[in-house]
Amino acid sequence: MMMTKTANPAAARSGLGACALALVLGVALLTVSGMAQATVLHDAAHDQRHAMAFPCH
Amino acid sequence: MTKNLLSSAVFAGLIAGAVAALLQFMFVIPLLLEGELYESGARVHFMSDGSTQSVREAPGLGTEWGRHAMTVGFNLVTYTGYGLLLLAGMVLARALRGLEITPESGLIWGICGFLAVQLAPAVGLPPELPGTPAAELAPRQIWWLGTILATVAGLGLVAFWRGLAGLVVGLVLILAPHIIGAPHLDTYFGIAPPELSAEFATMSLGMAMIGWGLLGYFSAYFFARGER
Repeated sequence: MMMTKTANPAAARSGLGACALALVLGVALLTVSGMAQATVLHDAAHDQRHAMAFPCH
Repeated sequence: MTKNLLSSAVFAGLIAGAVAALLQFMFVIPLLLEGELYESGARVHFMSDGSTQSVREAPGLGTEWGRHAMTVGFNLVTYTGYGLLLLAGMVLARALRGLEITPESGLIWGICGFLAVQLAPAVGLPPELPGTPAAELAPRQIWWLGTILATVAGLGLVAFWRGLAGLVVGLVLILAPHIIGAPHLDTYFGIAPPELSAEFATMSLGMAMIGWGLLGYFSAYFFARGER
């Protein structure tokens, strides 16, 4: 009983922590591939940005 | 849990990104390169006497392999990024609502991701051929992001808030960005044939839908497999 009572909130917390981490990493990757305006990055990602309909330039 | 979530998103992102890149090279990039011929002036569609003319002929993929390799690479990055967000949503829905994560439910998440991230913003800001003049970048990026967030929130309410109120508030949220309206110029400047722009928009949306479907399916597939 003790085990399940303590294990569930802990599992839920680690689940939320994993979600938060995935959220931050995902937004970071998408900022690089879709939003960042540095010229080198923009030119390299250009065709993919058009094809994925990021507002690009 | 964390390791499983991250690795599942990466595996699914690689598969969906690779297939999406392949589909783009078959259906989207040739149209994009054809559009660039008008952007550069190599082809002219609208004559100064008011008449229109131009051949319908995509230039093919050409020999810019470095450029195309970048397109593949950034597709992998983009789909991995979206995969992380999608799986975060699935895990959150399971923690809060006990929603099971299966490849079938993943497919629905993927299609909803497509609706929120590709289709809803494209309703106001259609995918653009290169060389299409548009309103300033910052307001468009803000509208694009706001539309995605409003659509995600709206779909979430429709899916998880039982009862009529969730449906009504969800629909209002989904419609709100379009009632506000996307930023546009006061005049039309397009130099490419309208048919080419339209085809580019529908092709890129259609191929993105396949990419998102695969992304949702495989994110959930790898995640469920990792837990067994």
